[in-house]
Amino acid sequence: MSLLSVSELSVWTADGRALVNGLSFSLPPGRRLGLIGESGSGKSLTTLAVTGLLPPALRASGSVLLDGTQVIGARNLDGVRGRVAAVVFQEPSTALDPLMRIGRQVAEPLRRHQGLRGAALRAAVAASLDEVALPARVAQAYPHEISGGQRQRAAIAMALACRPALLIADEPTTALDVTVQADVLALLDRLVAAHDMALLFVSHDLAVVGQVTDEVVVLSAGRAVSSGPLHEVLADPADDYTRSLVASARRLDAALDLSRDVGGAA
Amino acid sequence: MRRRVFLVAGIVLVGLVLAVALVSLFWTPFPAADTTGGRLEGPGVHHLLGTDKLGRDLLTRLMIGARIAVAVGVGAVALGAVLGGVAGLLAAFANRWLDDTLAALLDILIAFPTLLLAMLVVAARGASLASAIVAIGLAMSAIVARLTRVLAKRVLAMDYVTAARTSGVSWPRIVVAHVLPNIWPTLAVNLALQFGLAVLAEASLSYLGLGPPPPNASWGRLLQEAQSTVLTAPVGAVAPGVLLVVLVVGVNLLADGLRDVADPTRRGHR
Repeated sequence: MSLLSVSELSVWTADGRALVNGLSFSLPPGRRLGLIGESGSGKSLTTLAVTGLLPPALRASGSVLLDGTQVIGARNLDGVRGRVAAVVFQEPSTALDPLMRIGRQVAEPLRRHQGLRGAALRAAVAASLDEVALPARVAQAYPHEISGGQRQRAAIAMALACRPALLIADEPTTALDVTVQADVLALLDRLVAAHDMALLFVSHDLAVVGQVTDEVVVLSAGRAVSSGPLHEVLADPADDYTRSLVASARRLDAALDLSRDVGGAA
Repeated sequence: MRRRVFLVAGIVLVGLVLAVALVSLFWTPFPAADTTGGRLEGPGVHHLLGTDKLGRDLLTRLMIGARIAVAVGVGAVALGAVLGGVAGLLAAFANRWLDDTLAALLDILIAFPTLLLAMLVVAARGASLASAIVAIGLAMSAIVARLTRVLAKRVLAMDYVTAARTSGVSWPRIVVAHVLPNIWPTLAVNLALQFGLAVLAEASLSYLGLGPPPPNASWGRLLQEAQSTVLTAPVGAVAPGVLLVVLVVGVNLLADGLRDVADPTRRGHR
């Protein structure tokens, strides 16, 4: 039984264009799937459709079973969402409410999903921040007072506070510095393993996806152009888009190897 | 720092008018209908600011005017904020069809001159303090609604709202926890500015004779009554004008200062 099972998912605009076209994949509990594609390929729309959060102007068809619940056409998903799936977004500057202290934002899902109050809640907030390697004083800070990397960590803490079975990460490191990127990726990797969560990782960056996932689906213009275990897709790209993706990643790797020889470990 | 000065100046000016309005509830130099003074006396010991052409004490009339100005400001802002806020939030959440309809309605209402709207209300309800408040509050609610709609839409598009939705937070909870706090700083500043405009609008209505009827001594009415004698008794026209300026400038300074207090990202690091 898959945790997330998507079949023939399409997302349509009001005037009948398909932005995502006949996408199918499934994700068993505890496994990791990468969704790769350039901007505009429908990656983010797919994550929105999976959680039933498409903007009203768009319409989805096909089937999305999230822990056995049909998402497409469902009216109230509040119960399923918090319990089953949580999302970490691309832009840490908009992922947190600018007028709420970090501690309160992290406390909110803890309170709702674990029923914690008072001292127990404060302890849980401290533990959550500690888990994502944030110092305890961050709880008192407003989002604009901490760095982008710290904000993304706080956003991850909030997503994890729901103890979801599935974590959806939508380009979680794209807006960060390269060094911070590596930290946040390592953190995600560690936490997903520690909590035995499934991970749907969305990125345009093959190298980043390669670091955290076992399987990939490559999207181009709303269609899955290839899919399968990461090493197979990379070793033997079935289509032009994946080939060009792999080729450019190789070139980047080669350049990185050169700079590694000069500058030490990355 | 400069803004802090603005805020303090605003509080002082508005506080002054508020204090006068409060005091007028319990004490005025003369009863409101007292006409025992001489006609058009200049400022003196007996009548501090002099009298009008009916022999009424000017200071007394100004104090009552302060009460009316504050009542209209508070009433119209409260009405405008509630009506406009609800309509704006509705539009922000509505589907496209309803949103477009509301937006068009608001645009028409905003384009409609406030004074004309006020005349309609007065024609329907008769001239009274309540009519003035309803008319000005209605006109204001359109502006507040349009602002609320835009601000709320911007907040609703933020990732933290989507994240909250994903983790199963209900819409009402999102409105209370995220939308209202985030639109409040901008909205509060706008409401403070609207307060000033409401006071001016009431003065205009009263000047035209559409405001609260006599013996209510609105500043606009005082201005209008003193108009014919402005050369012989200038204090009668100047004093209500000065008070209007004090209140409106004070409210605007207050609005400017409020912006920083309400928004933590704009607070200076001390």
